[in-house]
Amino acid sequence: MVILNALVQGVLLGGLFAMAALGLSIAFGILRVVNLAHGEIMTVGAYLAAVALSTLGVNVWLSLIVVVPLLGVVGYWVQRLLLQRALSLGELAPLLVTFGIAIIIPNALIELFTTNKQAIPTGDLAVRSVQLAEGLRIGVLPLLTMLVAVLLIAGTQLFLARTRSGRYMRAAADDSETLRLMGVDHRRVYAYAMGLAFAIAALGGVFFGMRQGGVTPFDGQLLVLFAFEAVIIGGLGSLWGTLAGGIVLGVAQTLAGVVSPELPLLVGNLVFLAVLVLRPTGIVRSKVVV
Amino acid sequence: MEPLVPGQVRVDRLRRRMIIVQILGAGVIVALAMAPYVFEPAVTSQWIKLFYLITLATAWNLLAGFAGMVSVGQQAYIGLGAYGVFVFNDLGLDPYSSALVASVAIGVIAFALSFVAFRLRGGYFAIGTWVIAEAVRQIVIRFDSLGAGRGRGISDYTADPVLRNLFTYWLALGILTATLIGALFLLRSRMGVALQSIRDNEVAARALGVDVSRAKRIVFVLAAVMAALAGSVICLQQIGVQSPSQMFSVSFSAFMIFMVLIGGIGTLEGPILGAVIYYVMDLYFSQMGLWYLVVLGVLAIAVTLFLPQGIWGALRARFDITLFPVGHRVVAVPGPRSSSPAGARPSQPAPRTDPQTDTTAASARTEG
Repeated sequence: MVILNALVQGVLLGGLFAMAALGLSIAFGILRVVNLAHGEIMTVGAYLAAVALSTLGVNVWLSLIVVVPLLGVVGYWVQRLLLQRALSLGELAPLLVTFGIAIIIPNALIELFTTNKQAIPTGDLAVRSVQLAEGLRIGVLPLLTMLVAVLLIAGTQLFLARTRSGRYMRAAADDSETLRLMGVDHRRVYAYAMGLAFAIAALGGVFFGMRQGGVTPFDGQLLVLFAFEAVIIGGLGSLWGTLAGGIVLGVAQTLAGVVSPELPLLVGNLVFLAVLVLRPTGIVRSKVVV
Repeated sequence: MEPLVPGQVRVDRLRRRMIIVQILGAGVIVALAMAPYVFEPAVTSQWIKLFYLITLATAWNLLAGFAGMVSVGQQAYIGLGAYGVFVFNDLGLDPYSSALVASVAIGVIAFALSFVAFRLRGGYFAIGTWVIAEAVRQIVIRFDSLGAGRGRGISDYTADPVLRNLFTYWLALGILTATLIGALFLLRSRMGVALQSIRDNEVAARALGVDVSRAKRIVFVLAAVMAALAGSVICLQQIGVQSPSQMFSVSFSAFMIFMVLIGGIGTLEGPILGAVIYYVMDLYFSQMGLWYLVVLGVLAIAVTLFLPQGIWGALRARFDITLFPVGHRVVAVPGPRSSSPAGARPSQPAPRTDPQTDTTAASARTEG
């Protein structure tokens, strides 16, 4: 029963990882930018929610309405002002710019808010759970996270497949020059895609903060690695693959946690490296766009 | 100057300048080796830091600037280098030999890890090396004999602090010298030409028969060995590891990237200049606390976007200077068939017959 419980919890944890991975996947799929600051953007989202709560007393759910679009706008302008220029300089430049951001954010956060955890209380949601069987309870919050992750992935998939903006994004990913010939400003398309990635990152960050009961400046580093591992385990280019990858990572971590509380991160990393060596294309064979 | 006629050109490897560099370089190294007899230990122990910074910057530059592999996981080898000192010291070697033996062992580890890391490309390679570094740290701290998560000191060490400092100084200088000489000769070798072609255009290099993955693997292992040596110097200077998370910190990657970018990526001189700049900044601004890292991040972004060739690159573009001759020059061989008058130089030389086809300079143009 302990194992079964760990499995279920791991699957639900995978929802969080998938949410983290989705933004990374979008940025890479459409812009070919690996955003090394992705985890830090998630942290910023969680910090904004925590600060809104502690200074203004705004409920977490309410703050999402502001935080998510706000970081979307930030993403738009980061792309237009920094990354677009970097993209024209070659392959290294965008990486170095995002790494610069990844260094700036946690250190600025430590200076501004100390290294203490900024609490994101969710009332009784954090402790409420549903009993499935004897010794098998699942928390409402992890379940909700999983649900949101699935909805987000499905929504993104639909958005890219069906809407005009989504079509532009796929076109920009394939051939931005031709898109320009068709009269579409590819820079704006890129910027919208980055905005979308940032917004999803912020949402994922807030969910992460709720799950952990708060957020620290060091979480970004962990999150970007989890997100990346989920993307690679799932297989590059498949959005549903990121969900599968997230679940594999989540299960690996919770199962390792059953053995020893010190092991989850190490085992998660080793599972990732094993997948990389044994099945570098990921566990889900993809034919999908991004 | 003779006009360049196909079949009547030869490639000049700048041999004369190389000889001058070797003589001057030997002089500088001897002077630095003598420095402890002139300066106070407090001064020379500061220089140890500069030496390992230049070593780290040169290593990262070989990876990213020449082989096109942006790694943010070099801290894996820095940390392993530091912990390697403990391992071989416990086996009975003195700490200095431990550092050297450990670096060889870490080269072997890096060779094995390259098969994992090379599954990924570009940005995902970068983040993959980061995961590897994390995994390595998490494995290292599981060993109680290595101090687990607490760090540890070197048990069997030179007792006299002055001698200890002196030996560490010479070791750091020796490692720096070996790194620079190794990098210079590597880039002047056939492999260096391959690396510079990979940096400029990997697909074209492959098409011309360059074994890209072999060249990359060699650089990956070399850079790991250099990082390991630098890590062991850090460990020797601090007489141990204070905290493993500091030794395996991704900040090391931030520093390396900063030094190389500021100085000038893809040149041998740039990282040295960048390391000196970083070293001076560190002396004066490190009391700013973490805002200092924020400033470094901002500067790194600004340089990437607005001065992509770095300070050395900008200087070179303006004054046409090089310290280390790693390029080639195509020069005409005076021949009987040469019809145009001597000294006539084409006003707009075609790229292929550019008399200044210093491959390093050419790349600065193609990348910009």
